[in-house]
Amino acid sequence: MDFINALINGLSLGGTYAMIAIGYTMVYGIAKMLNFAHGDIIMVGGYAMYVTLLLVGQPIVALIAAIVFCVILGVCVERFAYKPLRGASPLAVLITAIGVSSLLQSLAQIAFGSAPKMLMAVQISGTVTLGSIHIAYYTILTLALTVVIMVAMTLFVKYSKPGRAMVAVSEDRDAARLMGINTNAIIAITFAIGSALAAVAGYCMLIKSPTLTNTLGAMPGIKAFTAAVIGGIGSIPGAMLGGIVLGVIEAISLSIPGLAPFTDAVEFGILIIILLVKPAGLLGKARREKV
Amino acid sequence: MNRIAAFFKKPFIRRYANYLVIGAAALIFGLLSVTGALSMSNQFLLEQISIAVLLAVSLSMVVGFLGELSLGHAGFMCVGAYLGGKIASLLVSAMGVGESNFLVLILSLLIGGAVAALFGFIIGLPALRLRGDYLAIVTLAFGEIVRSVLMNLPSELFGGTLGLKTPRFTRQYLFIIALVLVLACLAVTQNLIRSKHGRAIISIKDNEIAARAMGIDVTKYKLFVFTISSFFAGVAGVLYSYTQSTVQSATFDYNYSIEILVMVVLGGMGSINGSMIAAALITFLNVKLQSVLKGDMAVLKDVIYALILILIVIYKNAPGLSAFREKYNFKTLTAKLFKKKETVSKNGDTVPVVQEEAKDE
Repeated sequence: MDFINALINGLSLGGTYAMIAIGYTMVYGIAKMLNFAHGDIIMVGGYAMYVTLLLVGQPIVALIAAIVFCVILGVCVERFAYKPLRGASPLAVLITAIGVSSLLQSLAQIAFGSAPKMLMAVQISGTVTLGSIHIAYYTILTLALTVVIMVAMTLFVKYSKPGRAMVAVSEDRDAARLMGINTNAIIAITFAIGSALAAVAGYCMLIKSPTLTNTLGAMPGIKAFTAAVIGGIGSIPGAMLGGIVLGVIEAISLSIPGLAPFTDAVEFGILIIILLVKPAGLLGKARREKV
Repeated sequence: MNRIAAFFKKPFIRRYANYLVIGAAALIFGLLSVTGALSMSNQFLLEQISIAVLLAVSLSMVVGFLGELSLGHAGFMCVGAYLGGKIASLLVSAMGVGESNFLVLILSLLIGGAVAALFGFIIGLPALRLRGDYLAIVTLAFGEIVRSVLMNLPSELFGGTLGLKTPRFTRQYLFIIALVLVLACLAVTQNLIRSKHGRAIISIKDNEIAARAMGIDVTKYKLFVFTISSFFAGVAGVLYSYTQSTVQSATFDYNYSIEILVMVVLGGMGSINGSMIAAALITFLNVKLQSVLKGDMAVLKDVIYALILILIVIYKNAPGLSAFREKYNFKTLTAKLFKKKETVSKNGDTVPVVQEEAKDE
């Protein structure tokens, strides 16, 4: 039964990773860059929730405030740090993104201190017991949010106009522009959606354990990126699959006593193996670089 | 004045000026230290600067010349620090010599560097065959794996969460050895870059497909550079372990790798001397600021580094700023300044010297 418990935990953890990974993968597909600062958007969302809770005290209001704040931040970061570098070498963009990540982390530490903040009002405790299986409420909520977001994202990309424009931009930016798509606006929308999902993922992390520090998003950010690469970066279903796979692996590895301290090593080891065997990821398409 | 300038313009001197400066520093500070005129804190500062320069030069090979991004440089340093430190303490107890044994230091430097190089080879083998971004993430993952594995191994092996106790070399002499190692690293890097192989490496950065079409074995060269770079990171790690009584794996986190990257970017990618100057400058500031900025304000320097990183990269690379760059770069500005000054001296009347724009660089 331990295994089933671990599996359910893994699914909810994987859902959180999937939400973050969608942001990574969309930005990679459309702006062709690794947004290293994506993980730190989660952390900023957490602090936005903290401040709103101090002012209002309603977790739902705090979540909405966090989403709004993250969207604004994500779009601003894109506008001021990444947009000037459109068309520059990928290395330059990557280094700027790392700079933004470092900047957000250290600014948060200056503003709120390094002592962790406890968001008790957000935390959801209590479990449902079915026989010998225990499912925490936060697990159910996370799973529900994951399913809703996945369905919504799939529908959005497939049927809505901006969603289809995103697919077009990711396939060929110049051709999309010739077809009358405002590529700058589409890239901004991509960042907005990614940041909103990051805020929701931050909420899912905080209802589980309400400790908020300025490095809240760093590790999940890297893990979610790993998930995006495992699933095939640039592919939204791949990010979902990769997130779930990584979450389940992490939960199972944590439930085995001898392996638990080495969980990070196991996950990154799997990343390296997958890159060796299937460099484009599970669902990614191998692209031939043109001269 | 003109004669001094002319002296430094001689090709031979220009080529080897960096060796001369470091050699002179090693000699002068070494003499000062041996006679006891150099304070403990300055010896510490020189040690830290040498370690940073080693790290920056070795990373500059990968980022500046090869054009690949490695975010796990601190991880390779961590491997070197732990293995070199462990081997040094084992050798010290096995041979029954003092902690400041020169032979033990050399052996542990070589072994620590070699093991880090081996790790670099193993990590580079899968990652370098893929497109650029993957190397960044794989090296980042590697750094985290190394840290967490070394921390969670049984404490008899590497000290566990408490850190590994390592022997310490007499502070009076360690920085001289460190500066000599910097010279060695510089010799290897500079000669490599100026050789046929170096041109092959730079051609990979400029255009990988074109380089491959010219018959350059891209994967082989990438792996080669990455292995050498890891070797020197490992050497820097062993040196670091000798400056500390315990090595903590938490030191070698992601932010440390970023700090090394900032040194390389600030110094100008593809410039060894620039990386060295930036490394020395940043380390100097870090050490001096440590006592000034306390508690949470200590991250103020991280804010500044991050801003410098973003601004420099945008300034250097933004396609929209190319006209601005041509108008206000370091060379044209200095040329303008000197020209203006000359006209002042010739005519005798005052011409306002445009100095504000010089800050852009």
